[in-house]
Amino acid sequence: MRNNGSNLSLRVWQSLVLVGVFAGWHVITAPDLLPPFYFGDPNRAAFLFGEPLRVFGRIWDWFTGGEIYRHLWVTLVETLLAFLIGTVLGIAIGIWLALAPRASAIFDPYIKAANAMPRVILAPIFFVWFGLGIASKVALGVTLVFFIVFFNVYQGVQEVSPVVLANARMLGASPRQLLRYVYLPSAMSWVFASLHNSVGLAFVGAVVGEYLGSAEGVGYLILQAEGVFDINTVFAGILVLTAFALVLDWIVSLVEKRLMVWQPRSSETERI
Amino acid sequence: MSGAPLPGTAALALERISCTFVARQDRTRRYTALRDTTLVVAPGEFVSVVGPTGCGKSTLLNVAAGLLDPSSGTVHVFGEALSGVNTRAGYLFQTEALMPWRNALENVVAGLEFRGLAREDALSQGNEWLKRVGLGGFGDRYPHQLSGGMRKRVSLAQTLILNPQILLMDEPFSALDIQTRQLMENELLELWSADRKSVVFITHDLEEAIALADRVVVLSAGPEAHPIGEYVIDLPRPRDVAEIRLTPRFIQLHTEIWHAMKDEVLKGYAQQRQ
Repeated sequence: MRNNGSNLSLRVWQSLVLVGVFAGWHVITAPDLLPPFYFGDPNRAAFLFGEPLRVFGRIWDWFTGGEIYRHLWVTLVETLLAFLIGTVLGIAIGIWLALAPRASAIFDPYIKAANAMPRVILAPIFFVWFGLGIASKVALGVTLVFFIVFFNVYQGVQEVSPVVLANARMLGASPRQLLRYVYLPSAMSWVFASLHNSVGLAFVGAVVGEYLGSAEGVGYLILQAEGVFDINTVFAGILVLTAFALVLDWIVSLVEKRLMVWQPRSSETERI
Repeated sequence: MSGAPLPGTAALALERISCTFVARQDRTRRYTALRDTTLVVAPGEFVSVVGPTGCGKSTLLNVAAGLLDPSSGTVHVFGEALSGVNTRAGYLFQTEALMPWRNALENVVAGLEFRGLAREDALSQGNEWLKRVGLGGFGDRYPHQLSGGMRKRVSLAQTLILNPQILLMDEPFSALDIQTRQLMENELLELWSADRKSVVFITHDLEEAIALADRVVVLSAGPEAHPIGEYVIDLPRPRDVAEIRLTPRFIQLHTEIWHAMKDEVLKGYAQQRQ
């Protein structure tokens, strides 16, 4: 167990790295702060890499002006919808195929092919089908989330302990009850184990979808800024997305901790 | 020597059971685990089945539970031919059988839940059974938070709460240390004597078999295992499994059965070394 003193010093070092990165960024890109050693034009570095002060200024404007909230909300809704729909589909089809060996054997090559395909290239098709609104981004996120969940559920159902299964049958479980009380919880444990991955991919689907064509969302802000070579806004968008992803990840960790209470952790020594 | 009841009045009658397993890839490769095995258990009788490891004892129990269809032979439960899972039997498995995502109490009441009992009734019965196996206050623990002996108690409560007329036990205590094991054996005898169920108790430990049972059936070494002897255990009840091992009659029975078993154990050992 790490003691609090070294934990604190770890945090300090982590913060120093962050400050160092931004300081270095500032020193290199501020015009005329350093003699130009690589680019002839003193403004060239700022044009390519942006300037941290302006980036933070832009972020400040977004949050104080309230412009960003609408876009964040749209990205969040897309992420959550993609995650939910992809997870439900993944669980349903994963359990079905895991319990139907014949169907599983028939679909096996197609599932492998669909998983191997770089699914981002489906985005243009989704734009045609669902328009430039939320639906096309959700569809893209679903194709990413689905396979993660599907493979985990498939694995989870097949790895249910045969003894646990036999025991449940001896206790009088009908096939339906086996599905509900044995296969589903077992599969869910694998879904939760991949929660970080699937939420992350839902987010990727939403942002990439927005970036490829949209009228709202943080990806759209980045796309707009890029169109006018406003590198500071691009970086501001990237920072906001990163922070947003970290918050999502943190929420997932909280949910995970709550749902996986029955699973042993390696550090856990409580035994009576 | 034989104390087997007539099949017609039996709680459980396995008659001329043979089990042959065929390899999935190569159907010519066969393994006959059991051949022509007959085991009849009277209502309220405690029968131990002993034999060398790998002789098909678990196969026999799975047939009795209805989890495995025999290649030939018949299974009757209280006079009725068995089809599907044996609903009158409870099964205590050798390995971990608890649902890891349910806490102790939820595991104990699982069978009641499957039968559609109201949740409140189920929980109150479950708590009572947890107390009866010495785990009152541990209901909210998950299996990984309990020791091996405690998990076995939860399994026992989970099975007994359904009040099965037949109890099938597959080396249930073999993973426990010797002290915990004797404790569990005594508790089992106490629970059993309260409402005599028919018990088939599988073990490779002859001492355990004699200490617990009314009758000991010895199986030969596999493949093609079959019963090679039956011994009525006339030790008085109630028994204390730790103390009864020291009585002259116990030692006499042990010597007698071990004498018959020894060759089979050596045979089984030689086969495993091949």
